[in-house]
Amino acid sequence: MNELLAILEDQPFFADMEPEHRRLLAACAAKNGYPAGTRLMRDHEPAETFWLIREGQVALESPLREGCVTFQTLGPGDILGWSWLLPPYRASYDARALTDLHTLRFDAGVLREHMEADPAFGYMLMKHFSALIVQRLQAARLQALDIYSHGGPGHGT
Amino acid sequence: MAPETLQPRADSALPEQAMAPQPWRIHSVRPDVASNEVFSWTLYPEPGVEPGPPPAPGQFNMLYLFGVGEVPISVSAITADGGIVHTTRAVGSVTRTMQDLGPGAVVGLRGPFGTAWPVEQARGRDLVLVAGGIGLAPLRPVIHAALERRDDFGHVVVCYGARSPGDMIFRDELEAWGARDDLDLRITVDRGTAAWRGDVGVVTQLIDRGGFDRRNTLAMVCGPEVMMRFAASSLERRGLKPEDIFVSMERNMRCAVGFCGHCQIGAHFVCRDGPVFPYPVMEPAFRIREL
Repeated sequence: MNELLAILEDQPFFADMEPEHRRLLAACAAKNGYPAGTRLMRDHEPAETFWLIREGQVALESPLREGCVTFQTLGPGDILGWSWLLPPYRASYDARALTDLHTLRFDAGVLREHMEADPAFGYMLMKHFSALIVQRLQAARLQALDIYSHGGPGHGT
Repeated sequence: MAPETLQPRADSALPEQAMAPQPWRIHSVRPDVASNEVFSWTLYPEPGVEPGPPPAPGQFNMLYLFGVGEVPISVSAITADGGIVHTTRAVGSVTRTMQDLGPGAVVGLRGPFGTAWPVEQARGRDLVLVAGGIGLAPLRPVIHAALERRDDFGHVVVCYGARSPGDMIFRDELEAWGARDDLDLRITVDRGTAAWRGDVGVVTQLIDRGGFDRRNTLAMVCGPEVMMRFAASSLERRGLKPEDIFVSMERNMRCAVGFCGHCQIGAHFVCRDGPVFPYPVMEPAFRIREL
């Protein structure tokens, strides 16, 4: 438990949380490793977990008929998974380990119950994940703008 | 504020002698992407030409194609024997004509102009360079300077974002930098390919991975304006003070000495007061639509 707490204190996503909130999160977490190629999430499948990536790289992919297309990769310090937070609690993309992974794996189903029971904890976690979702949304918008394209914004004479 | 970047360098070309292009010869041309859409020229002065002061990292020259037009191009490297390397993307009538010129052709050159990246201000501190697309070119001299005097700086992080793996410029150098232990090179592309094994996503996510001391870091950002705005936000979120962030602006620079006003942003002439600005100076402009 102390080891997990120490890991959380070192990560920017958790660093500004109240100690008792970090303790609650640590109580719902476990260290996990996954070999390269492991599929951690599948589109449409129930989402009852999220991960803190400690080492390694994960591809977020959209499954298309032509195959999976990677739209983002995550690395050390990144949080993987937020579909557990809102109904229908189903993943909206695939996540695949590109390298061997070391993670903290959180039992999000149990955390949801804590969030309902303790509004202060629930509000805190919702704020942190909302910020994460906004960051990802802004990143997706930037990608959609295709800012480095021919004659795109920022290119002149 | 950083006086180093708020005033034109004292050794920049003076207005009274800055309007006459001097003949420089293209020594070599190097395609920087497979399509040759981005290419680098190495230029040397013609005999009899007294070259101006060597350009500082971040400064630019005006390159004149006789009978075609003149464009501002940032300096992407200085060779050991005084050659100047300019990296250009063929996007307009002048730069497309430049694309057709080969070694031996003579062009006009005025400069160097503008403000420089505050490399000296970064001494003893961590250095984070964030480049998007061809924005890596104006930052390359900073990377060269940091590697030449590696002990002068703390952790050096280079975050580079490109549209796709095929659009990455300076690939040989990226490979060499990536192999070094004393430089933390992070690369991402907006769109991967089947063969791409690196990161996919916007360049700001590379900043979010940290790895630098927020209390003692200086950041330099160059790329499309929307990218610079989001990159500055990410750097601030990581704890950097706005005055420790510098951006390089791109505008329609014509005279290069602050006379004509074509490159004006608010109270600033990009050619004279920039192109490198402290972020707090440009931040209000980023918030004004269509400026």
